[in-house]
Amino acid sequence: MHTAFLASAVLADEESGPNPVLPETPDLFWGAVAFVIILVVFIWKVLPRFNAVLDARSEAIEGGIKRAEAAQAEAAAAKDEYQKQLAEARAEAARIREQARLDATAIATEVKEQAAADAARITANAQTQIEAERQAALVSLRSEVGSLAIDLASGVIGETLSDDTKAQAVVDRFLAELEAEEKASR
Amino acid sequence: MFHAPSLDEFYPGALLFEGTPFELNRIMAIRLIVVAVLVIVLLLGTRRMSIVPRRPQAALEFALGFVRNNIVIETLGEKDGRRFMAPLMTIFFVALGMNITGIVTPFNIAGTSLIGLPLVMAVVSYVLFIYAGIRKHGARFFKNSLFPAGVPAGLYIIVTPIEFISTFILRPVTLTLRLLMNMVAGHLLLVLCWSASWFFLFGLLPHGDFIGLLGAGTVAFGFAFTLFEILVAALQAYVFAFLAAVYIQLALADEH
Repeated sequence: MHTAFLASAVLADEESGPNPVLPETPDLFWGAVAFVIILVVFIWKVLPRFNAVLDARSEAIEGGIKRAEAAQAEAAAAKDEYQKQLAEARAEAARIREQARLDATAIATEVKEQAAADAARITANAQTQIEAERQAALVSLRSEVGSLAIDLASGVIGETLSDDTKAQAVVDRFLAELEAEEKASR
Repeated sequence: MFHAPSLDEFYPGALLFEGTPFELNRIMAIRLIVVAVLVIVLLLGTRRMSIVPRRPQAALEFALGFVRNNIVIETLGEKDGRRFMAPLMTIFFVALGMNITGIVTPFNIAGTSLIGLPLVMAVVSYVLFIYAGIRKHGARFFKNSLFPAGVPAGLYIIVTPIEFISTFILRPVTLTLRLLMNMVAGHLLLVLCWSASWFFLFGLLPHGDFIGLLGAGTVAFGFAFTLFEILVAALQAYVFAFLAAVYIQLALADEH
């Protein structure tokens, strides 16, 4: 639409009007001046300032990211350290518990052995004493039995031998007792 | 009475230095005013830039950042983009500022609606892409441009003249004429709408001629085309800067 319209406008004024595609010197001069002034402004001020603020901005963003990363790394390191210490503490506690358990077992065993030894010793003492008392009793019994026998004999002899059957019974009883005693001692 | 707009619109009388190479007419004066406004906006807008921008700085940064990222760096990459940043940014902002005066009262004509400024920018773009190509590839730049790889030898009889014309002649010509003719046509359309409106509403209607009511339609068209010209002004600035960047990118590319 533009071009068709333009063509008719150009054709209408072909004879009288100036040619729009042939530049005149002032047109070129002021066009070039305008372009150069803006170009200089861009090179001299605008682009350095614009690039500086863009750089500063990306710097700020990157710096922020870097700081955040550093903080995160620090926190991670602290966490690792803490967990390591926690693990160490747990291992230490387990080690102490194990040691305590072993100690307790050792003590219990020792006490048991001591008790057993004591019991054995007491038993041995008692047996020795019993044996000694038995020996003593045996010795004293022997002598007593001897004297008793002598007493009995004296008694028997001292008594009348009229009653034969009675004497006979006494002797028999004595012998039986003796025999029984002999059996028991064996 | 009704005067149809003509190309004389673009050749107003001289204001200063008549007859010298520095003759200053209305359009040249508009260019100088645009330059002054651009310099003030660019210098004040980038003064004391902070990392966290306030609203005026953010607005200017949006425009600068758009050209920097979406036109220059996206086309040329970070490294080459920085080398050609200043001229490409200048092309965009000069074109935008000069185009927009076409719809700004009291200027009402684009600074780019005379061929001088579009031609200057096209020449800059032409010099830039040839410089970029020679700097990168030396004389091989012309060989790569005129004898593209992968073409059967016999076809170079056809391909080489086409490549020569399209690369070294049509590129600056189309850059110049695309911008110039968009602005010229836009201006003529707006003048046509408003002068027709004036003719219908104040020429015919007061004399009882009801054909003058057509003026309501031409006013509506005037507003519509004004909005359209804002779009064209921005779009042509973008297209010019983008094509200049693309030509440089093509010159820098290893294979053509």
